[in-house]
Amino acid sequence: MTSPTTSPTPGPTPKGTGTLVDNGAPRHSRIMGVGAYRPARVVMNSEIVDKIDSSDEWIRERSGIISRHFAAEDESVIDMAEAASRQALEHAGVSPEQIGFVLIATVTHPYQTPAAAPELASRLGSTAPALDISAACAGYCYGVAMASDMVKGGSADYVLVVGVEKLSDFTDPYDRGSAFIFGDGAGACVIGPSDTPGIGPTVWGSDGAQRDAISQKQAWTEVRDSWQSAQADKNVWPAIGMAGQTVFRWAVWGMAPVAQQAIDKAGIKAEDLDAFIPHQANIRIIDAMVKQLKLPADIPVARDIVTTANTSAASIPIATTRMLAEREIPSGGLALQIGFGAGLVYAAQVVVLP
Amino acid sequence: MAQSEQEILEGLAEIVNEETGLDTASVEMDKSFTEDLDIDSLSMMTIVVNAEEKFGVRIPDSEVKNLKTVRDAVTYIAGAQG
Repeated sequence: MTSPTTSPTPGPTPKGTGTLVDNGAPRHSRIMGVGAYRPARVVMNSEIVDKIDSSDEWIRERSGIISRHFAAEDESVIDMAEAASRQALEHAGVSPEQIGFVLIATVTHPYQTPAAAPELASRLGSTAPALDISAACAGYCYGVAMASDMVKGGSADYVLVVGVEKLSDFTDPYDRGSAFIFGDGAGACVIGPSDTPGIGPTVWGSDGAQRDAISQKQAWTEVRDSWQSAQADKNVWPAIGMAGQTVFRWAVWGMAPVAQQAIDKAGIKAEDLDAFIPHQANIRIIDAMVKQLKLPADIPVARDIVTTANTSAASIPIATTRMLAEREIPSGGLALQIGFGAGLVYAAQVVVLP
Repeated sequence: MAQSEQEILEGLAEIVNEETGLDTASVEMDKSFTEDLDIDSLSMMTIVVNAEEKFGVRIPDSEVKNLKTVRDAVTYIAGAQG
């Protein structure tokens, strides 16, 4: 196909008779409310260990996880997203008709198409534009950054951002490296206009060269091939696999500088923070990150992984909602949040807590 | 600047001590990281990253699984410093 830059003939000239409307001066954005949903069923380590020849103690030592929540079989990503969204809208004091955009960060909505976001919007009574973000455990922070820019740019007044995962559907219960790590849940926030800056500059990026470090085990086309040849075995299902040590190294020594940059770009110091809410990947990663960042000991750190496991895109808003609800962190305070995961991708920003 | 195997062993023992609290004297050449020193995969990665910094070498993730004993690590670091 011919490239526009190499087209041999000069194209038509523009009419130049219309000027696009100026939709207003740039403005600030902030998180107005948060919400979370954890499914009812609590799954203890004892329920996981037999299939991976492991023990409760082994899982606790390596991950910090004691229990996690699993969604019911008939409970979908959209069901969980709806529960978290309603709480966030209520907290924000924003009605569904006011929503200008719906962003869902998820990698476990089981339809390639349509996306989860339009159905969520519809259930809430909204016809706002809606789409899903595939940025794994960084998805929520990606969503916050994009929503913030939408509000600042004027393309939406209020944006609903949801991180939701039903990872139990995409976990291989026999995989020793990942069977115990994941959980299900949803978290959401509403981002709207503000008189003062409420969301700091986002430090984000990707390293696609490490795409195999956390990945669906095979492509859907390969699933089709296995299915067609009727050689189905437990490897047909494209569960998520992970190279634990590689991810650990990247997460701790690669992401601590990203978190530091987010602090620097926000124009604050680590000691100004009222909360550190990293993606809940593994307690060892969280502890090592705190050490690398040399965070003052009195700053509350999210350690929800102990009872929620790793809920990917949902982990940060779930922890934020709980910490606010339990008065562990102050409304109006500054929180450093960082998401990182499959891609590999990452995003970090300092936000004002709603 | 290449170091002797004894110097590398001593430096490595300090790193292991810092990560696990194990006595530096227990970090001997023929000890296995997992079986004798009871070091798990994530602690091992912390030791590897600290060793990279201390000895000025690069130890790829793919190499880490081959470092079963203290001697394996000392030999690898000495070779990488070459």
